Amino acid sequence: MMKAFRIKRILVTAVLLLAAYLLQCAVFPFLEIAGIKPNLMLIVTSSIGFMRGPREGMYTGFAAGLLIDIQFGDMIGFYAIIYLIIGYINGLFRQMYYDEDIKLPLFLTTISEFLYGIVIYFLMFLLRSDFDFLFYLNRIIVPELIYTIVITLGFYPLILFINQKLEAEEKRSASKFV
Amino acid sequence: MKKKNHTSVINRYILLGLCAFCILMMLLSSFSDRAGGPFRAVANVTVIPLQQGINQIGRWLGDMTDNFDTMEQLRSENQQLQEQVDNLITENNYLQADQSELERLQELYQLDQNYADYEKTGAHVIGKDSGNWFNSFTIDKGSQDGIEVDMNVMAQSGLVGIVVDVGPTWAKVRSIIDDSTNISGMALSTSDTCIVSGDLSLMSDGQIRFEQMENNDNVVNVGDQIVTSYISDKYLQGILIGYVSEVNVDSNNLTRSGYITPAVDFKNLQEVLVITTTKADLTGENET
Repeated sequence: MMKAFRIKRILVTAVLLLAAYLLQCAVFPFLEIAGIKPNLMLIVTSSIGFMRGPREGMYTGFAAGLLIDIQFGDMIGFYAIIYLIIGYINGLFRQMYYDEDIKLPLFLTTISEFLYGIVIYFLMFLLRSDFDFLFYLNRIIVPELIYTIVITLGFYPLILFINQKLEAEEKRSASKFV
Repeated sequence: MKKKNHTSVINRYILLGLCAFCILMMLLSSFSDRAGGPFRAVANVTVIPLQQGINQIGRWLGDMTDNFDTMEQLRSENQQLQEQVDNLITENNYLQADQSELERLQELYQLDQNYADYEKTGAHVIGKDSGNWFNSFTIDKGSQDGIEVDMNVMAQSGLVGIVVDVGPTWAKVRSIIDDSTNISGMALSTSDTCIVSGDLSLMSDGQIRFEQMENNDNVVNVGDQIVTSYISDKYLQGILIGYVSEVNVDSNNLTRSGYITPAVDFKNLQEVLVITTTKADLTGENET
């Protein structure tokens, strides 16, 4: 019985991830603001992370990163490892997390997004001796951050709703057993 | 408490395991292209068809946002365009005269290396890079339609990029404004070669950079055409890259550098043309 719920959860997460990916690659390029689009995959990864703990955060991040790698990465595994670690770190904040509170999710997504930008800059640009960090900060990292926060406000309640629904179902069946 | 510690230890092992896997894959894929094969196969049956479908929605949404342009803007634009049309008609007349002359001369010299002759196939853009750092996109044609790596991609008569990755029904194109692109270019008027490279810091201005053009007596003016050069081993010769928007003499007084406005509008790229001959094909044929 528990296994059925696990499979259901995996399927739901997969669909969520896929939807985020498709939105990001196929729909948001048309809704760019100043050439910047939000990072939906990151929102999903960090939300699953602090809602469900490090392990599921890791798996989600890994899948998200791998999706990006397959189509747009030069190396398989590069984005996977970044998202993986983001998922794990967000998972560590699970104890501090309450459903109704949107401050922590916002805070965590913001931090994740910021770190994500910094890491990409360091690995892809600084190592090619491109030292104009302030430019990238102003032009890409901060705008992406702001756009992502705005989208989080709309997107996070949806993920929360799905999670609550799944959790309620699991609880109901567990109480039946006891 | 003990149980909690136990799970967090397991979590750490999983983390390490997956990290190791990622690093292994990175190493593998930097040595060989084949490492990504199994993952690509999965993507082919799952993501790509969905992407093709959902892209229609994106295009529709994009059209909707365009509709918010005010009437006034449209009116003034219309007026401008009308003037432009008038100008172009006169210009066209001149050009037609030139064209017939050119054709005669080409026949005379048997120069049919014009890029209008390259065989092309059209494709839709179905997805763009998920991040904001790079500029590559996927198109809805792949190896089943005869697309190969290193094929040049054009749109609106200008160079868009090059195919860097191919699946059965899709191909990944890296555009010329991508930060990691370098092309050997040539000023059409003087035949001086230069290196054209994309730059993320110029992307928002819609410009790309050119460097290392010899500082000789040949004058390169703003508005001159830059085309792909005969030296390049991947780009076919004579495809329009863009127009010079600024030229400066470098401090070493030996070379010139500056900026180019690409001939293609990268913001609204929906359909592209893939040239189905690669430079390797051409040079191979020439040798035999």
